[in-house]
Amino acid sequence: MRYESPTTAKAAVDLLSKEKGKAYVLAGGTDLLVRLRMDMIEPDLMVDIKNIPAMNEIKKTPSGGFKIGAAVSGAKLGANKALKKAWPGVVEATNLIGSDQIQGRCTMVGNLCNASPAADSVPAMIAAGAKANIVGKKRRTVPVEDIVTGPGKTSLAKGELIEAITLPKKAPKSGDAYLRFIPRTEMDIAVVGAAVSLTLKKGVVEKARVALGAVAATPLLVKEAADAIIGTKLDDEALEALGAACSAACKPIDDKRGTVEYRVKVAGVLAQRAAKIAYERAGGK
Amino acid sequence: MSGVHVTTTVNGDPVEFVCPADESLLDVLRDRLGLTGAKEGCGTGDCGACSITLDGQLVCSCLVLGAEAEGKKITTVEGMADGENLHPLQRQFIDNAALQCGICTPGFLIAAKALLDKNPDPSVEEIRYALAGNLCRCTGYDKIVRAVQAAAKDLQKQNRK
Ligand SMILES: Cc1cc2nc3c(=O)[nH]c(=O)nc-3n(C[C@H](O)[C@H](O)[C@H](O)COP(=O)(O)OP(=O)(O)OC[C@H]3O[C@@H](n4cnc5c(N)ncnc54)[C@H](O)[C@@H]3O)c2cc1C
Ligand code: FES
Ligand code: FES
Repeated sequence: MRYESPTTAKAAVDLLSKEKGKAYVLAGGTDLLVRLRMDMIEPDLMVDIKNIPAMNEIKKTPSGGFKIGAAVSGAKLGANKALKKAWPGVVEATNLIGSDQIQGRCTMVGNLCNASPAADSVPAMIAAGAKANIVGKKRRTVPVEDIVTGPGKTSLAKGELIEAITLPKKAPKSGDAYLRFIPRTEMDIAVVGAAVSLTLKKGVVEKARVALGAVAATPLLVKEAADAIIGTKLDDEALEALGAACSAACKPIDDKRGTVEYRVKVAGVLAQRAAKIAYERAGGK
Repeated sequence: MSGVHVTTTVNGDPVEFVCPADESLLDVLRDRLGLTGAKEGCGTGDCGACSITLDGQLVCSCLVLGAEAEGKKITTVEGMADGENLHPLQRQFIDNAALQCGICTPGFLIAAKALLDKNPDPSVEEIRYALAGNLCRCTGYDKIVRAVQAAAKDLQKQNRK
């Protein structure tokens, strides 16, 4: 295996596209190096993106949103007060990943590109309307929900990598939240994850996005669940409809962490709780 | 051997080594540099026995490539004591019997120091969350938490002087 540590995105793209063997992007390595240690992969090349200055930055975009470089660690994300204030759900979801040791290395983009259905930051990014900025032969920008195509699979072509995640400008009277259920309080994989982002107008939900994790082969954006709360003040009836829409969208598996029946039920409950937190954060009462 | 040539700093000393590109920093520290404080419990990021700091950031050295250490500042448990004087955390781990077999101890010391550097007066809950990435199969954790609390007090006294 070769190790390369380019200092520009262009050099990284060149290395990845010219490699004839198996090439991998190395961000925090908390998935990739585990797979290497367990002999699940035999890389010919690893391209470390952590020495590309632009990928280590969190910047305000001209339109008032945030651009988060692909190499920004969970710890660095959590230390950014402005970002945490604007998108607390996204930051909290990313900070749920692993231990303090893992936080020192793990990235949102690695979490996304590892393409686990249970990845914690992904539903939160999808609910927030985050976009992935892709570099390759051409540059393209796609919604985060279009990246994961199945367990361990993404829509990125050979030679492409994600340079940054952009979050839109936080609208006035908006809020987001992510909750996951795990049997212990730390260091476990989500049985279910639910993220809600919403915007209020005079106390009524005007816009909403709801996303679920660990209940299907990919993280899900559930439009029916958003429709269930748009136009409401998140009263009991709306919450009931939100829960039902989330449960109906689940196509989970049975495993040691939870049965199908359990996951379907918990998805609805967690989405309701996340919606209440998002509503409060948006200033709703 | 074909490999990556790396220049780095370990516990304040300049260090150079050559290693295969896929070798972990943990293996480099232990097998090439003779620093056997960091331990391998799992090799997959779960146990924290391999904890070190990389440019001040707490990480699992089993999930870092040796090649990534280029130009970085590394600290390991070997750099914790000041000559013959143990760090207050080391002293309190002994006084509180916070270890039995000791395999987990270097990792706990490094993780606890990373916590106290950020938060000099942590609550029990904060200590337990901060050490959630470190596993110990001997002590049952209570004595470790007490040792960290006692060391936090010692360090506060030291800093007031
Ligand atoms: C002990 C432990 C606990 C964990 N706990 C959790 C948890 O609670 N929740 C959770 O969701 N995950 C958890 N994980 C998994 C992992 O930490 C996360 O998925 C993390 O976000 C991965 O980020 P990374 O930067 O380390 O990715 P890497 O390992 O560097 O990369 C992951 C994958 O993405 C690809 N990739 C990385 N960056 C890019 C890019 N810019 N463009 C294209 N492809 C890219 C890599 O090639 C690789 O295939 C845990 C892992 C460990 C070891
Ligand atoms: S050996 Fe690194 S975490 Fe267990
Ligand atoms: S003292 Fe034996 S594992 Fe902690």
